[in-house]
Amino acid sequence: MKTDELNMTKNRQMTLTEKILARAAGVAAVRPDDNVWVKADILLTHDVCGPGTIGVFEREFGRDARVWSRDGVVIIPDHYIFTADEKAHRNVDTLREFVRNQELPYYYDPGTPSYRGVCHVALPQEGHVRPGEVIFGTDSHTCTHGALGAFATGIGNTDAGFVMGTGRLLLKVPPTLRFLLEGDLPDGVMAKDIILRIIGDIGVDGANYCAMEFSGSTIDKLSIEERMTICNMAIEAGAKNGIMAADAKAEEYVRRRTLRSYTPVTGDANADVAGEHRYAAGNLVPCVAGPHLPSNYMPAADCNDVTIDRVYIGSCTGGKLTDFMAAARLLAGRKVTVDTFLVPATAEVARGLETETIAGKPLKTIFAEAGCLDPAPPSCAACLGGPTDTFGRTSGSETVVSTTNRNFIGRMGSKQSSIYLASPLTAAASAVRGRITDPREFI
Amino acid sequence: MNERIFESKIYVLGDNIDTDQIIPACYLNLVPTIEEEYAKLGSYALCGLPETYPPFVAENQNKTDYGIIVAGRNFGCGSSREHAPIALGAAGVRAVVAESFARIFFRNVIATGELFPIEAEKRLCDILITGETIRLDLDSYELTRLSDGSVFSLKNLGAAAPVIAAGGLFAYARETGMIPTRQ
Ligand code: SF4
Repeated sequence: MKTDELNMTKNRQMTLTEKILARAAGVAAVRPDDNVWVKADILLTHDVCGPGTIGVFEREFGRDARVWSRDGVVIIPDHYIFTADEKAHRNVDTLREFVRNQELPYYYDPGTPSYRGVCHVALPQEGHVRPGEVIFGTDSHTCTHGALGAFATGIGNTDAGFVMGTGRLLLKVPPTLRFLLEGDLPDGVMAKDIILRIIGDIGVDGANYCAMEFSGSTIDKLSIEERMTICNMAIEAGAKNGIMAADAKAEEYVRRRTLRSYTPVTGDANADVAGEHRYAAGNLVPCVAGPHLPSNYMPAADCNDVTIDRVYIGSCTGGKLTDFMAAARLLAGRKVTVDTFLVPATAEVARGLETETIAGKPLKTIFAEAGCLDPAPPSCAACLGGPTDTFGRTSGSETVVSTTNRNFIGRMGSKQSSIYLASPLTAAASAVRGRITDPREFI
Repeated sequence: MNERIFESKIYVLGDNIDTDQIIPACYLNLVPTIEEEYAKLGSYALCGLPETYPPFVAENQNKTDYGIIVAGRNFGCGSSREHAPIALGAAGVRAVVAESFARIFFRNVIATGELFPIEAEKRLCDILITGETIRLDLDSYELTRLSDGSVFSLKNLGAAAPVIAAGGLFAYARETGMIPTRQ
């Protein structure tokens, strides 16, 4: 490389994603499409992909091999926990044995007080997500963790087996698409409405291979959990990662949950990006994504004629405490008219249903008085269908309004059922009316 | 995967075939690195498609008659489950020729070396029909329809080519000295 080229590279303005990857690759600068070996800080896996990852790790590195970092491997079983399925139990046993042999400190074991629930809500809650770090997870929604300023992306078992053994992975640097959101969200509009609108605009492959970077005053005002809802669904537009710069709110969230030190990264404001999309928050409305793609955007108010059979509030996207708070605010003093399934994402969220109150009433009481089904124990449950005995799984031609992230054919169990993705507020309003309802009718 | 020219019947799909359709979640309790479960995954390949499609794998079989899949945009979108490329590979699929691929699926295909992910210059899923026989030539990057000899060009594998040529991520990492060669 000539000196002037080298200087250009050194002084290159980089996006947040590029800066994190350059640092993790140990180079001065990277540009989109560079292939670099990146150092991992965290490898996350769960009961569905963990056994296969361990299988690859042991096949390739040998049965006596040790993981690259005991603190780096975090195992959070969450998918198939409350089922009689024997293979599901065998898979959790495989994880247990591996954790014992490798003496891993971060394992959240089903059936014990350390059990947490959905990995993408538990990982930040347990302090494993820190700004500026690199997180690989054997789950496509690992992109959630970009909400705290980390580079986080989903990988398969083979890649994960490789990371487990080496702490590194070959990555292509993604170009960045910037999403600028300015202004206050109108009442009744939530983070879920923002991301469903964006996916509706750019399509399910609109950000394929890209980083989606979200910023602006709208994002600044969102709670950390609401930010996670947005980054969680970056994969639904095909993105490699979703990311937001860590601000004081993010730092405060992280500091409350870990003592580990970290060095955050700031992107350069004038870095080149592959595209920029601007939104005025004031123009956004409560919406749904109709069957069978997350990009089938429709304002909720336009779908009033869709009658529904059930509502499902849960998952890493829509089963966090702020999601249940929003739903409870709408349901307080009202009655649901369809089966309403509640699945807190984690044990912490489940506790919150009992300890958080609205007008002096615990959320759990509000839901019970509204006629919802008793909340299930924390897990992925029917978000991905799962074994036939899974709580909330569809079995016929149900029409469901769900706070989850995917409405693919058969995603919640039955190929005949129709899933409308929505915010917890829209889900709650729809539960009351028995048809898709704009929550602003109640506000 | 050294063979670079092969003939097969094709199975044609549209856009956005997601991993839940390739392998529904109720079969994710199978672990791909366990031999019988790997084979079993093959028997369920593409069983999540709507009932309007012909069966991809016949009942009580682990292998398909269709060695090549032709699809539209964004093939393999959705989850990171490696069960998806593995189910196709275990069913005997050698290649997917699509207009474009979703990122994680493409990565998993390459990392596992289960099959070739090839992008076509044209939207072949609107031209070719399930059951036709084609020849795929990965040296000349051409797909030929055997019934009339028409030829369609394919995109080359670009940056992924060296990893695919090595036979997957581990082989590539050993070849390039990232991890030690096996004894
Ligand atoms: S809650 Fe749903 S989307 Fe989230 S990790 Fe579990 S199955 Fe995946």
